[in-house]
Amino acid sequence: MKYEAVIGLEVHVQVRTRTKVFCGCSNGAGDEPNTNVCPVCLGYPGSLPVMNAEAIRKTIIAGMTCGCAIARYSKWDRKNYYYPDMPKNYQISQYDLPICEGGEIPIEGKGFSGKPLTPRNIKLTRIHLEEDVAKSTHLGKYSGIDYNRAGTPLMEIVSEPDMHTADEAYAYLTALKQAMQFAGISDCDMEKGQLRCDVNISVRPAGETKLGTKIELKNLNSFRAIHRSIDYEIDRQIDACEAGEPLYQETRRWDDDAGMTTVMRSKENAHDYRYFPDPDLMPVTVTDDQLDTIRADLPECPWSRRDRFVEQFGITPYDADVLTADKALADYFEAAAQGVKNAKTVANWIQTELLAVLGKEGKPITESPVSAGHLADLVALIEADTISGKIAKQVFAEMLISDKSPKEIVKEKGMEQVTDTGAIEGMVAAVIANNPKPVADYQAGNAKAIQSLVGQVMKASRGKANPQMVVQLLKAALD
Amino acid sequence: MTDQCHMTIHEAAGHLKSGAATSRQLCERVLARIAAVEARVNALSHLDKDTVLAAADTADRRRAAGQELSPYDGIPLAIKDNMAVHGQPCACGSRVLAGFTSPYNATAVQKLLDRGFIPCGRTNMDEFAMGSSTETSAFKTTANPWDLTRVPGGSSGGSAAAVAAGEAIAALGSDTGGSIRQPASFCGVVGLKPTYGRVSRYGLVAYASSLDQIGPLTKDVRDAAILLETLSGHDPMDSTSLNQPVEDYAAQLDTASARGLRIGMPREFFDVTGLAPEVRQAIEDAAATYQGMGAELVPVDLPHTKYAVATYYIIATAEASSNLARFDGIRYGARDQEAGDLLSTYRKTREKGFGLEVKRRIILGTYVLSSGYYDAYYNRAQKVRTLIREDYTNAFTSCDVILAPASPFPAFKVGEITDPLTMYLADIYTISVNLAGICGISIPCALTRGGLPVGMQLLGPAFGESAILKAARVFEQQSPLAGKMAEL
Repeated sequence: MKYEAVIGLEVHVQVRTRTKVFCGCSNGAGDEPNTNVCPVCLGYPGSLPVMNAEAIRKTIIAGMTCGCAIARYSKWDRKNYYYPDMPKNYQISQYDLPICEGGEIPIEGKGFSGKPLTPRNIKLTRIHLEEDVAKSTHLGKYSGIDYNRAGTPLMEIVSEPDMHTADEAYAYLTALKQAMQFAGISDCDMEKGQLRCDVNISVRPAGETKLGTKIELKNLNSFRAIHRSIDYEIDRQIDACEAGEPLYQETRRWDDDAGMTTVMRSKENAHDYRYFPDPDLMPVTVTDDQLDTIRADLPECPWSRRDRFVEQFGITPYDADVLTADKALADYFEAAAQGVKNAKTVANWIQTELLAVLGKEGKPITESPVSAGHLADLVALIEADTISGKIAKQVFAEMLISDKSPKEIVKEKGMEQVTDTGAIEGMVAAVIANNPKPVADYQAGNAKAIQSLVGQVMKASRGKANPQMVVQLLKAALD
Repeated sequence: MTDQCHMTIHEAAGHLKSGAATSRQLCERVLARIAAVEARVNALSHLDKDTVLAAADTADRRRAAGQELSPYDGIPLAIKDNMAVHGQPCACGSRVLAGFTSPYNATAVQKLLDRGFIPCGRTNMDEFAMGSSTETSAFKTTANPWDLTRVPGGSSGGSAAAVAAGEAIAALGSDTGGSIRQPASFCGVVGLKPTYGRVSRYGLVAYASSLDQIGPLTKDVRDAAILLETLSGHDPMDSTSLNQPVEDYAAQLDTASARGLRIGMPREFFDVTGLAPEVRQAIEDAAATYQGMGAELVPVDLPHTKYAVATYYIIATAEASSNLARFDGIRYGARDQEAGDLLSTYRKTREKGFGLEVKRRIILGTYVLSSGYYDAYYNRAQKVRTLIREDYTNAFTSCDVILAPASPFPAFKVGEITDPLTMYLADIYTISVNLAGICGISIPCALTRGGLPVGMQLLGPAFGESAILKAARVFEQQSPLAGKMAEL
């Protein structure tokens, strides 16, 4: 029998704000442990939470980016369970009235396996805001708890069970991460815990509409682990189905070293979180005016930007995809593309030259030694026939180590292209005189022989002659 | 001259102003009174004399330099043991907070400090404010200064007894279902529960967040007005505190009159089984007194009164079960040292740290929030709460204040009530006020034949403190009980 997997993701994204979501502490995980703490985020007796409006604003931005409906009225609920990383032994979250509902995230391009994907939109269920818990570090017999993280605003982005392969889940996560980065909500660095993901997964016979037994996967610490765990779990569940073994609703833990999942918690042992409205906080109300203000400043999301790049700059969808993989890169491209006639040239320069250099040095685009303005100037010099593409590479090499503009470099080094017909004619005549063999070959009908003559003229001009003019003048002299 | 420990805030302020007393003298007299009677009354759970006297000297220096923070600079006040005072213990009558010291000031405490009031003693209370007698305190039961074999009421029983015994000029308490007003009535003092949101809850250890409110316990109405004005106001640290103008409640008392005052008499309150005849008589006499002074008595209906106790014990326990989850021995307070792993640390710490009544309410609250029961209990209770609130809204369309008993009976004997349900049902006159979020004051109105104080409540609409204070003042002015102290 053929089986189909059904996958939904629960993604947690830390929201970048100046202060924590319910107190005035600096939102700075990574500082010396337990330094960004106060009675509120430590849950001391008598302390009370106060909502951070900026965290709400950013959650609304996330929702608008993903096309969610934004609730005019939402509220805070307490999720009750015991764990040492939870200062109050309840988490302030949102249960039945989240800030954002619905929405979708488009996926396209390739999955983790490299196989091309059928472009489609993955549906979202909701996005809500909650407080992050502290970070536990287990040290043999003891555990250390760093409460710096407790109270970091944390969005939970829940997808519908709308994906069917590990590749789709990977593409969804990639798109989601990009969207959050573009909107300035989070850097989504998984290693820093800024993005965390749980997977819900079930299998069913192909064509069946009822969902199979849902299994939740936890302890997924990289996109690669997510991809591997899904593939593993699909196989495990299909094997069980084929062997006629029952599957139980449970939470399973991914072991990245062993490459397998093991039971963490069965349904019988599931928590009863006893959600109820938090009496310490007022409901969140948002007006149309507030939404209009946020919408007016809404950052462009990566997929809109990708489409716009293709349309506005005439670059290929593939190039647009590469250039919008990262917001800073997209900003760089867009800034450079403004000053030139043909943005495709800029796109090529970024991809073939600049990214190669940055890749070798392990630097992000934000640390590029060549500014977007200078790259645009360089391309403009090519477009104005001031320099040839070949000379441009020499100029570019110089730009990597100097802050000078390409114009200055060209001027200082006398690299301007020679477009003076008289000067080129002189060199053409000399080359024809000194290279009788290729001349004879060409005139005998071997059209390719002209290449060697062009090369000689270029060499004589030290690369500065305009190659098109050289070809023209050679042909004029020989034909 | 009144013994300084029996002075009111405004009397003490007068003495400080005239130079008849210094803050040091005032504080020393209160400390001496504590030394003399505390062994019998047991009103306090903690007292740091040195800090009190140091603060008194500082206040005297400020006053000598003409830089007093307010007319009240240097007046000592007792604070219930569930409000944070920086550097002081905050045990909430519980073993689970043994050894805990507050790292910050509650907003209400800060507002007192800003006016120069001196925290002087932390008062005993029912554990986490769950109780009506101080008998659930893990440390001791406070005695009623009028009859040491009787309870002072609760949960702010320590505060009420301290004020009645002259161990405090005045005190702060907290009221979740009557915890200021009922002990005030048992101890013959004035107790005010402000409108929910009038006083910041920041720094008040939460029992039931949607019901808790800090308020004063004082020797007279003027002091209650002075402290209410001091404590009130919006606090950015408490999202449930409301931004309503703070009035000069004490100044308003000077023009108080009963003429034309419409006093609501809720029919349902006089149908309560267990309403002691002496209490009923005292309230009816008070009504007649008001009438004699030109007030109009208006019968009103509060038809959902009979559901108030049940509604309260669902909502309050639900919130408490969550609020008290943080006491787990991990970050502060007592941790059971025998426990081996995490789960047994939780279990043992909480098993040993909490008393019976607290455990009962945590279990009740956990149950009513459980999956499958939420709608039948918590959700339904919230709906009834709305109906109770509407009852009061309707009643206040035809009256200015409502007159009611504070408790069906006067102070009972220590150990007399052992059945929790009997204890809960006695909250009938106070509890709906918290559910509705309105304000209420309890003032002494009579003594029983046995010499026990009887208190009466005046209830007002949300932010109607001015009305109930004025009505209380009118009664107090002609009351034969005014200034009458418990004899110890």
